Amino acid sequence: MNELLFVLAIPLAASILLAFTGHRPYAANINIAGSLATLLAAVLLTIRIVRDGPMNVLGENFFVDPLNVFLIALTALVGFTTSVFSRPYMRVEHDHGKLSVGRLRLYHSMFQMFMCTMLVALSTNNIGILWVAMEAATLTTVLLVALYRTPESLEAAWKYFILCGVGIAQALFGTILIYFAAEQVFGHDPGAMLWTRLFERRSELEPTVLSLAFVFMIVGYGTKTGLVPLHNWLPDAHAEGPTPVSAVLSGLLLNVALYAILRCKVLVDGALETQFAGQLMMGFGLLTVVVPAFYLSRQKDVKRLFGYSSIEHMGLITFAFGMGGGIATFAGLLHMTVHSLTKSAIFFAVGHAAQMAGTQVIEDIKGLIRRSPTIGWGLMLGSLAILGMPPFGVFTSEFLILTTAIKYHPWATPILLVALGVAFASMFAKVQGMAFGEPTVKPLEHNPALLPVFLHLGLVLMLGLWIPPYLNKWFLLAAQMVG
Amino acid sequence: MTLALNIPDAFSIQVINLCAAVMLLLGFAMLAQRRILSLINLFMMQGMALFASTLIVAYTTNQSHLYWSAALTLTLKVIALPWILHRLIRKLSVKWDVETIINIPTTMLFGIALVVVAFNVAQPISQLSGAITRATIGIALACTLLSFLMMITRSKAVPQVIAFLSMENGLFFAATSATYGMPMVVELGIALDVMVGMVIFGVFFFQIRQQFDSLDIRQMERIKEE
Repeated sequence: MNELLFVLAIPLAASILLAFTGHRPYAANINIAGSLATLLAAVLLTIRIVRDGPMNVLGENFFVDPLNVFLIALTALVGFTTSVFSRPYMRVEHDHGKLSVGRLRLYHSMFQMFMCTMLVALSTNNIGILWVAMEAATLTTVLLVALYRTPESLEAAWKYFILCGVGIAQALFGTILIYFAAEQVFGHDPGAMLWTRLFERRSELEPTVLSLAFVFMIVGYGTKTGLVPLHNWLPDAHAEGPTPVSAVLSGLLLNVALYAILRCKVLVDGALETQFAGQLMMGFGLLTVVVPAFYLSRQKDVKRLFGYSSIEHMGLITFAFGMGGGIATFAGLLHMTVHSLTKSAIFFAVGHAAQMAGTQVIEDIKGLIRRSPTIGWGLMLGSLAILGMPPFGVFTSEFLILTTAIKYHPWATPILLVALGVAFASMFAKVQGMAFGEPTVKPLEHNPALLPVFLHLGLVLMLGLWIPPYLNKWFLLAAQMVG
Repeated sequence: MTLALNIPDAFSIQVINLCAAVMLLLGFAMLAQRRILSLINLFMMQGMALFASTLIVAYTTNQSHLYWSAALTLTLKVIALPWILHRLIRKLSVKWDVETIINIPTTMLFGIALVVVAFNVAQPISQLSGAITRATIGIALACTLLSFLMMITRSKAVPQVIAFLSMENGLFFAATSATYGMPMVVELGIALDVMVGMVIFGVFFFQIRQQFDSLDIRQMERIKEE
């Protein structure tokens, strides 16, 4: 039996099981157990890939290589820690009367289903199935964002649904165009949608069709990545959904959408032999770094604040992949990893902080460190990490991205630096106000699970100081693939 | 396993072109239609046109999986979705709702501009097309963009959803006419997503109405950019 099958089947089975038992008191434990089993399977899969190299699974339908195995492992890890965090968090929400047991059942079942769709999107070899899985991920998260059924959450979910629905329809058109180009090479063959086959003969694909397809792809999947000007849904969805959902949206879903763009870029680069795809990504990336930086200072809701910060970081990663070349791509992959870990850790801390204050309004949250040092310091350190302070890993990746930009695209460097500086100034002031000062927040009635926060921050710190050699090799292999 | 394809004769090409023209015309009709009930009927007719063209492509190129795709279109787009929509608007009692704010002449002019853009964008691809007919990619893209325009101009939830579904029609038309249909597993997956999406939309309609006392999206302006 192959480990990948377990990686995909466990969340699916857990989702079905939780659809029946999700309202019981022990449902959160099933959720954790399912996520832990997925993580173990993902670790075994990773070990096998490190040992044996890329492989096809189930004929050629699924495919694992250094690029996606690294994202599969990351997804499983953050999925597991989020399920650990969500147990006390959802219990408090339930005690506060915000969620009925029926909603908890929906939450648990959809959480696992969401993990399953993301893992399918990451491991499938068929660009059509990739689209189907991305759309399914949208549908499950729409249900999760609307979980509270308040007018605001419905509005956020509707906006998310419509915007991402439109976006992803563009991506489908792009997929059809790629298939159209592939047909000229392969003839009419269902195998013409398999990424590995397309990759082998990428130089034969028709360049005009592929460049047009890439435009549709980057607009389509870019909507889900949160690229400006298609980012409007993202802050709303982050602010109005339950916090564990904000954590997996920021930490995982945005990465998966970006992964879809990357897979497409590799094909387009092979066919065009120009910098077209990279330049388009750099343009979108730069815009996505600059615009949200100036929105940050105007935010009053803490989860919206970090939602905008996620957009900014996605822009930085897109820019890095757009520059291309070994170092920039390495930095992009590293930034993807550290951003996922840090941002989900921040959302864990923010979730409990908002529960302690009974509000998400930044001005009404004060004195976290005095009331609960772990939550307060978790938020403070997480914010310092995400703002790119050494010695955290975000500093390393941002440093690499900036130095590459200085070397190859010096015009972009001041723009990036200004945006990062503005983001630092506006976010640091707000977080400082929340962490210090006279407390307005009350202690929680259940012990929060803060192990995930410090586990994530510990990993980010480690990646800033020392990247383990096997991880390094792995990033390099993946960077080679993306080119 | 490359399949040998029959080259369709001139008559079938004419019929497929006719279907394409009908789809585009219906796209414009939907753009201009204010009443929800008529909108659903137009959507159903567009589904019929898609079904007819898929069937003809299936017959002339002799591909069994396209028959399945045609059957899927018939059950989903012509029967199931219009039926669900009819039921929904009856239950929500918005059957006779009329959208008042759209400016139809301006919208139509925008629509014409979009068609021109779509044909220009599709031109380089059409020239490569060894498939049945050349104009169809442009028309498919135009249909998609018209639905997109409809989505932007409408302020009520149900017409927005119909626009979303009609966008899917345009994409499917692109897939069958330009590439003789995508692999079956992908088409099934897309159909499943559309179906699940529709169910979620249905649930949402009731929730939105309950919370906002209306299905007008303009009521939803609670979240403000600070």
